[in-house]
Amino acid sequence: MNLTLKIWRQKDASSKGQMVDYKVTDISEHMSFLEMMDVLNEQLINAGEEPVAFDHDCREGICGMCSMYINGEAHGPDRGVTTCQLHMRMFKDGDTITIEPFRAAAFPVIKDLVVDRTAFERIQQAGGYISVNTSGNTQDANAIPISKHAADEAMDAATCIGCGACVATCKNSSAMLFVGAKVSQYALLPQGQVEAADRVRNMVEQMDLEGFGNCTNTGACEVECPKGISLENIARMNRELMKASI
Amino acid sequence: MPINLSITTFVHLKINLKIMGGFFKSSIGRKVAMALSAFFLMIFLLQHFIINLLSVFSAELFNGVSHFMGTNWLIQFVMQPVLIFAVVYHFIMGFVLELQNKKARGVAYAKNNGAANSTWMSRNMIYSGLVILAFLALHFADFWVHEINVKYINVQPEDPARYYHELVEKFVPIWRVAAYAVAFVLLGLHLAHGFTSAFQSVGATAGRKKALQQIGRAYSIIIPLGFIIIALYHHLNHH
Repeated sequence: MNLTLKIWRQKDASSKGQMVDYKVTDISEHMSFLEMMDVLNEQLINAGEEPVAFDHDCREGICGMCSMYINGEAHGPDRGVTTCQLHMRMFKDGDTITIEPFRAAAFPVIKDLVVDRTAFERIQQAGGYISVNTSGNTQDANAIPISKHAADEAMDAATCIGCGACVATCKNSSAMLFVGAKVSQYALLPQGQVEAADRVRNMVEQMDLEGFGNCTNTGACEVECPKGISLENIARMNRELMKASI
Repeated sequence: MPINLSITTFVHLKINLKIMGGFFKSSIGRKVAMALSAFFLMIFLLQHFIINLLSVFSAELFNGVSHFMGTNWLIQFVMQPVLIFAVVYHFIMGFVLELQNKKARGVAYAKNNGAANSTWMSRNMIYSGLVILAFLALHFADFWVHEINVKYINVQPEDPARYYHELVEKFVPIWRVAAYAVAFVLLGLHLAHGFTSAFQSVGATAGRKKALQQIGRAYSIIIPLGFIIIALYHHLNHH
């Protein structure tokens, strides 16, 4: 198929960017979206132009690096997928596809479609862990009885890959689905209880400091999340913070 | 030792107050406060609707209940200030959060397909809110300013039968009924998202989300539609 691509080009963090049009031809519907971008970049390199910078790593939907906003949706029009898992069969011959970086003041553009998502790492460092002595005498986690239901819910929360699609898609650029998932994965397990109050307070404080917006419960994040992280994790985080503050 | 105990208690209280103060300054604390004011306003709206509905069935009953609401000290001097605070807080914080949220985006998307993942109502709470605010300005000018004036400024002898006529009189001009209907449609849209959203904000949706969504849908249709029907009834039946 032949496509017109409208892509955000920005030389570096301090430059002003703009949308630039490109044409790609003979794209197979079996290609992933990133493979289509590879074709474009080969074309640009052969023509002596600067290739489009974009993030990618595992290309199997688990690293959370690929971060494009495609035709007005994070990771494009498909559901439950990252950009590397988005296939060109979702598009039609002759389509015009708009490709932009994830937009949020807390995710500044580094170059073209690459954004700085270290704000998520700072939130994680503020409390997204448990303090365990790992000097060799650590208790076996399996020795602590945990109900299947709690274990499953904690695992569901822990599947968050921190890609930032929730922030990108939220009309308020809120990070609450990410932080909710990270708070929940510990809040649901006994190992997470000891530091629960400090964890939620510190993570929410860091989230606010990073300049993310406020959640208004539109639910867009849940729909666009490649891992299907539920809004219930935000409700749980709200409960955890209320519990920690009273 | 008693003296140490009291100092410890004081220090703990101070720490607790600091944490609680921090809570209401946080993004989640503000969201919870928005939800709490919304709960109060939704309960207020329900009782307002029930009282208005009485006017369709009996002028005497409507006058009786209105007289009680207008003269009871608990309603006047406790609930009314709470209501004013809830309204003002909900609006001001709504605007503050909207501005913060706009700023949090930075650069706007060239193409954004919001309809793909969320409802129109949830994305446009600020606009439905603005229409409700405009309506409230008219409503306050019509009734509340008049009430305060009659009762507390140019004090006039209380006429327990005045309320029904004051209500019907307001629904005589068709433009007023039309403006009223538009405002209530927007209120319905605001509630269609706001009802469940308030429960989600206080973390109370676990296991009952579907039920809350259904109750929210019923509330957001029945109450605004009911207000519009009452207005139309008085418009068509005034003598």
